[in-house]
Amino acid sequence: MGTIGLVHYLVVAAVLFTLGVLGIFLNRKNLIVILMAIELILLAVNINLVAFSAALQDLVGQVFAMFVLTVAAGESAIGLAIMVIYFRGRGTIAVDDVNRMKG
Amino acid sequence: MWGRQGPGNGDGSLIQAIAFYVFATVVIVSAALTISVRNPVHSVLWLILAFFNAAGLMVLVGAEFIAMLLVIVYVGAVAVLFLFVVMMLDIEVARVREGFVRYLPLGLALAVALAAEIIIGIGAYGAGGIELSRRAAPIAAEVPNIQAIGALIYTRYLFVFEGAGLVLLVAMIGAIVLTQRERKGTRYQNVSRQNARRPQDATRNVRPEIGQGVQL
Repeated sequence: MGTIGLVHYLVVAAVLFTLGVLGIFLNRKNLIVILMAIELILLAVNINLVAFSAALQDLVGQVFAMFVLTVAAGESAIGLAIMVIYFRGRGTIAVDDVNRMKG
Repeated sequence: MWGRQGPGNGDGSLIQAIAFYVFATVVIVSAALTISVRNPVHSVLWLILAFFNAAGLMVLVGAEFIAMLLVIVYVGAVAVLFLFVVMMLDIEVARVREGFVRYLPLGLALAVALAAEIIIGIGAYGAGGIELSRRAAPIAAEVPNIQAIGALIYTRYLFVFEGAGLVLLVAMIGAIVLTQRERKGTRYQNVSRQNARRPQDATRNVRPEIGQGVQL
């Protein structure tokens, strides 16, 4: 199998990122799964940051992974709040109808 | 894994490789199931499994603090929030699945193109990446991971750290303001009106004549 290097981690992160993008495409009727797909994308970014941090022996990658985590937590909180009020008014979470929100 | 000696001090690369492949496989499989299972509750549970195994991947390269943060923040807070919202909203699973097959070819084409691009980029990096002249914050071997991160974020990245706190504060206030609603017929306490009330506006002195009473 050989020793595990940076490239292994980058490939895992690339596949995870791609799965996240695919999830946004496939679940057009389900806003919750789209938010979860965004979380997967941010997880892939975090894996990349941590892998480069370990490979370059530089701690800044881990610090910025922490900031990405913070922003992801805030984003999911706001996203779920918007989804809750959207569902309350409309009774569905399909993304295709969201453009009716514009005035 | 890189530049670190384990406590055993022996050649543990086979064990590391096995651990990496187990974690990586479970991450990718559970991410694929997250975006493809029918029930959103199962989707959240697969997402939790993906985060756990990503934390394992990060422990493997010596980023203990980020791994702990993933488990505590994501599994403990964000995934529970997702689960709470999924169970609170009454979603019809049948309607939610509409368009899954319709968007599958386009999504797959885009995903394959994206993955190919990224992997070509990784190949180019492996062929000889851009040479970095110096490290911004080198990892010292003898200092624990959490101590080193703490020494960094409270000194050089203090303002960014404060900004992260501000982001969390804004997200908290925003979520509260967005989901707050006033039901009709419910009596609320209006604190600002109560505080703005002054004695001279609310009361008045009267001196009624005998046998006349007061006019209100």
